[in-house]
Amino acid sequence: MTGSLQSAPGPFFGDFGGRFVPEALMAALDELTDAYDKARVDPAFGDELERLARDYTGRPSIITEVPRFAAHAGGARVFLKREDLNHSGSHKINNVLGQALLTKRIGKQRVIAETGAGQHGVATATAAALMDLECVIYMGEEDTERQALNVARMRLLGAEVIPVATGTRTLRDAINEAFRDWVANVETTNYVFGTAAGPHPFPAMVRDFQRVISVESREQMLALGGLPDAVLACVGGGSNAIGSFDAYLDDTDVRLIGCEAAGDGVETGRHAATLTGGRPGILHGSKSFILQDEDGQTQPSHSISAGLDYPGVGPEHTWLSSIGRAEYWPITDAEAMDAFRLLTRTEGIMPAIESAHALAGAIKLGEELGPDATLLVTLSGRGDKDVEQAARWFDMFPGEDA
Amino acid sequence: MSALTERIDAAKAEGRVALVGYLPVGYPDVPTSLAAMRVLVEAGCDIVEVGPAYSDPLLDGPVIQHAAAVALEGGVKVDDAFTAVRTVAEAGAVPVVMAYGNLMYARGWKRFAADLKAAGGAGAITPDLTPDAAPEWVEAARAADIDTIFLVAPSTTRERMQLTCDASRGFVYATPLMGVTGERASVGDAAERVVGAAREAGAARVCIGVGVSTGVQAAEVAQYADGVIVGTAFVRALGDEGDLERLRAKVEELAAGVRGEA
Repeated sequence: MTGSLQSAPGPFFGDFGGRFVPEALMAALDELTDAYDKARVDPAFGDELERLARDYTGRPSIITEVPRFAAHAGGARVFLKREDLNHSGSHKINNVLGQALLTKRIGKQRVIAETGAGQHGVATATAAALMDLECVIYMGEEDTERQALNVARMRLLGAEVIPVATGTRTLRDAINEAFRDWVANVETTNYVFGTAAGPHPFPAMVRDFQRVISVESREQMLALGGLPDAVLACVGGGSNAIGSFDAYLDDTDVRLIGCEAAGDGVETGRHAATLTGGRPGILHGSKSFILQDEDGQTQPSHSISAGLDYPGVGPEHTWLSSIGRAEYWPITDAEAMDAFRLLTRTEGIMPAIESAHALAGAIKLGEELGPDATLLVTLSGRGDKDVEQAARWFDMFPGEDA
Repeated sequence: MSALTERIDAAKAEGRVALVGYLPVGYPDVPTSLAAMRVLVEAGCDIVEVGPAYSDPLLDGPVIQHAAAVALEGGVKVDDAFTAVRTVAEAGAVPVVMAYGNLMYARGWKRFAADLKAAGGAGAITPDLTPDAAPEWVEAARAADIDTIFLVAPSTTRERMQLTCDASRGFVYATPLMGVTGERASVGDAAERVVGAAREAGAARVCIGVGVSTGVQAAEVAQYADGVIVGTAFVRALGDEGDLERLRAKVEELAAGVRGEA
């Protein structure tokens, strides 16, 4: 293969991807694909998205070098791509503004979305408020408990938040319930999918909307002296990671490393490291790696980070892994929380626990490569939502025994 | 001709439509679910849809989701579904499975088709696989002489209706209402429209699923479809208690409905 790996169109990425959904959704997915194919080449759509990115999200996001953190990462130079500074606090807004604009173009008035940590739900509720769309967010009941503040944020933004009490009560069940809503209301409703997984066109479309991360960072790094030796990002479904990787896919000297949630450790079975511990299967509309038992039943995943607590992964990541273009490393809860504290204490930047997995990967890689290396880490979101959980992890609440 | 088409045509020859009953395997436990499948056959189902419980049943409503969760907590395996298929065949009805794609993919398309055939199964309904998404399955099923039963919906375009009806064997599974499985107060005109569209695309036998829960509804559907598929109402009747007599009464009500006696 000699062509570019960038912006692969789908529906298949190698053997992975596709569209494995009930017939009832096929017409809507065709309509969405068609609308997106037209929008992506329509200058008016591109201009509007660019205007929103600049005047609403606050793009381009900056690059911050973090030397005091890097001293703990083998002395390598470490740069952060600051998606945490985006309006609404994470990379999710990049995708949501694109899909909300598309919803308007299709002429639908209602959007639904799933959310794990609440970042995608907050971003969707934000875009719905901005564009006057009715908004319903499905969120696993366990996640509504560990991310109560984000539930309140979504409600304040005018969204209806529906806790999902079935199954494992996490992101995967929220996706199931959102699909059920979509099957029943497909004529009036668009599903704003939050990650680069699901049926075609979502993996390619979400990647395109997140691609701005790597397009910007590549120029920014070149201006700072050259391409990094590696780009690291956390991977749940994998939208910030695929957006962080895409513009570098043809830069073969740049290592691309996705950091998966290893929870208590891959060997314990309590983890969400799909590419490390899974095998091929069909879940939520596409073929990719999933955590499953011998029969094909999805296995419960575990991670301290609600946003990475998902037993599947986007099909393009599975493909990049299969062809060896990207590596996927398991990062435990404890490693992520150590990195969370380290960045906060050394740089005064509190990352989302999701993003802390990528920071932990950077510490490992920096130790491996030493002071000559330059690492770029996508800080996909900020840690405000995680304060309560982090305080509990580090026994920092007043009155608690240390 | 296949076992399915023969049974549907035999019902027609009796001046009625076929009654298709669905139950998940392992609800409330494996032995009771096997007994419940025998009750479906004894009380008047022509065809029984055996549902291997799946962890992420995204086309099922709350009643069947609950049943699947109970079954999986009880340790049900996909192997148990083949036991259930055998049970239905021995009881004298035509067994099919209604299986989510990953359970089939995990076993291997060919092996799934072969195991189903060996157990006496006649076909498979695939709620999250369309014919264009799963050519490997269609090929494996044809080779094993298993009927491929695909779903059509009110949102199905004319082009997709043709593609789906062309790829279907045994019957076409029409869902008259947009939505997941569950009971509805009224099935309405949409049912007749979607059946009509399937017939225009050349479907010889069309069964209606999703929403039918009473004998009166069954009688209504019987006027234009070739079969009535009932799932949620049977699962609810069986219940967590595994009440076989309550189930029998419900099946008899629907069986009377397809005869126009409701």
